[in-house]
Amino acid sequence: MEEISSLMQGFGVALTPYNLALMFVGIVLGVIIGVLPGLGGANGVAILLPLTFSMPPTSAIIMLSCIYWGALFGGAITSILFNIPGEPWSVATTFDGHPMARQGRADEALTAAFTSSFVGAFVAVVVITFLAPLIARFALQFGPAEFFSVFFLTFASFVGMGRGSPWKTIAAMALGFALATVGMDGVTGQLRMTFGFDQLLSGFGFLIAVIGLFGIGEILASMETGLQFKGSEAKLRLGVVLTTWKKLLTYWATSIRSCVIGCWMGITPGGATPASFMSYGLAKRISPRGANFGKGEMEGVVAPETAAHAAGTSALLPMLTLGIPGSPTAAVLLGGLLIWGLQPGPLLFVEQKEFVWGLIASMYLGNIVGLIVVLTCVPLFAAILRVPFSIVAPVILVICAIGAYTVNNAMFDVWLMLVFGVVGYAFNKLDYPLAPLVLAIVLGDRAEESFRQSMLLSQGNLSIFWSNPLVASIMSLGLLMLVWPLLSSLRTPKTPGQSAAAPS
Amino acid sequence: MHEQNDAPEEASLASNRVLEIIVALALLTVSAVIIYDSIRLGFGWVEGQGPAAGYFPFYIASVLGIASLAILLKAVVGNTEELRESFVSRVAFGRVLTVLLPSIVYVAAIQYIGLYVASALFIMIFMITVGRESVLRSIMVGVAVPVFFFLMFEKWFLVPLPKGPLEAMLGY
Repeated sequence: MEEISSLMQGFGVALTPYNLALMFVGIVLGVIIGVLPGLGGANGVAILLPLTFSMPPTSAIIMLSCIYWGALFGGAITSILFNIPGEPWSVATTFDGHPMARQGRADEALTAAFTSSFVGAFVAVVVITFLAPLIARFALQFGPAEFFSVFFLTFASFVGMGRGSPWKTIAAMALGFALATVGMDGVTGQLRMTFGFDQLLSGFGFLIAVIGLFGIGEILASMETGLQFKGSEAKLRLGVVLTTWKKLLTYWATSIRSCVIGCWMGITPGGATPASFMSYGLAKRISPRGANFGKGEMEGVVAPETAAHAAGTSALLPMLTLGIPGSPTAAVLLGGLLIWGLQPGPLLFVEQKEFVWGLIASMYLGNIVGLIVVLTCVPLFAAILRVPFSIVAPVILVICAIGAYTVNNAMFDVWLMLVFGVVGYAFNKLDYPLAPLVLAIVLGDRAEESFRQSMLLSQGNLSIFWSNPLVASIMSLGLLMLVWPLLSSLRTPKTPGQSAAAPS
Repeated sequence: MHEQNDAPEEASLASNRVLEIIVALALLTVSAVIIYDSIRLGFGWVEGQGPAAGYFPFYIASVLGIASLAILLKAVVGNTEELRESFVSRVAFGRVLTVLLPSIVYVAAIQYIGLYVASALFIMIFMITVGRESVLRSIMVGVAVPVFFFLMFEKWFLVPLPKGPLEAMLGY
């Protein structure tokens, strides 16, 4: 039980007054970020990242990961009270959460959502605690070919598990990789795709891309719909919380199933959004109250929220052990690790024990703090949404501009942010997925490096990717994922009844 | 998010089809530019170095090119309901421009008058003209936000942001 003792040491690191205070600040900021349109987990963390450069890395990642937890919690508030999903993974929460609020059961819906989120996240952290060291130890033996195969599987999964057009997923991904190649080539030192622009020497900063795509893009989209918030009031009384908790116990089967779906989708880069939909769809089909789904059934809030948080949390597992993030926000956190001089990957567990276990311990504490904060402060956070959008929009734009500027202290980046904003707006409306684009920008360099190293080892022979059972099975799984949309499009016309029932 | 779209009586500015074609052509252009530069860098095998610097970008850009051609083809010959639907109505696009154009002016202004003053003006003008908020409230928010950020960045975190003549006058 080496993990337990490491975890206890981790608690020792995380449980300092300074770190606890940062945790609290992170959660509150995170919920606000999750509630406000135009600020989500990924770009919220991206904007605040430069401010943490001066902190010790452990404290910095504790605060940033708490912002992430807070944003996960915050998404549920807007979904239930205002029928506006603050984050894509809380779309499924609106299906039953908002009807409940309209029936005057907002307090029950919120309690159910927060508690399920907590349960999902908690289970995922337990999974991380015991699985991560194993995977890290295993991955220590990985060579470049194995790493490339994992990268390949990561991106192929986006194609296989994405819900939109596979061509658009591929295009978004390839664009991300292409942007990642801009700048100085790490191997040969040649300049690539810079066309004489000095600003492009160091390439496109992915933080800028995240702030633009998610932040500015979101503001533009919100402006278009002429956003007006019409929401229900909410106040959580202890009595309601307790009776709801009692009711939640009867949904234990749904909770367990949702946790499994969430953890699986988070570790493989399916991400929180498909996890929440899949969990909702399954619960609807399996539950005896399935017919009530969509009309305000509490189980319909439990399923997506549990899965989304389990996925959001377990997305950190591949980031820590392999250096491959499972979600855009995890990608931003990974960018942070690189800036602090920590190389994410299996060696982290050997060389930076204190950091890793401090972070894992902070996940336990952060989610407990988070649950308490959201349960007690809902009216406060709901009030933020009543601030007119004409105040929120310019202030968020200013925050994004500051965030983009502070990455490299360059005005060029602020312009770039606006360009990415327009791209994000158009991509979003045409259903180009943004997550593979961002992940490709972050991982492009390392995916290319592992590919070139493998090629060098094998003298240009592609068979290196099938040279041992491990790398061969990962590559084959990746190929299967790539052709999956093709296979399922061949199959669907024959079984129209089944596909109609499937959650889309 | 498509449910919240515009009311039917609002005139459409462009259909999804037009936008699909524009974006696919833009992606195709990006792909062509990268392939052009990859060929300059060489995309073959270099003895002792492995794949040349242009190798990876060349194939990535080829994939991008193929994918955007597929999207383009679907948009041109496809005939789905979604393609005919409006991408954005005139009114809605007007609202998008009311935030996009001032943002461009704002970013340009940062270079001349500094971030804090530009932010103050941006927030005030946006609130008064777009939000039709009262002038007093707009000025209060417009001043309070940059002052807060000034204290936060220049004093607390010691991260310098672009400053203009006003800050210079005050001795920063």
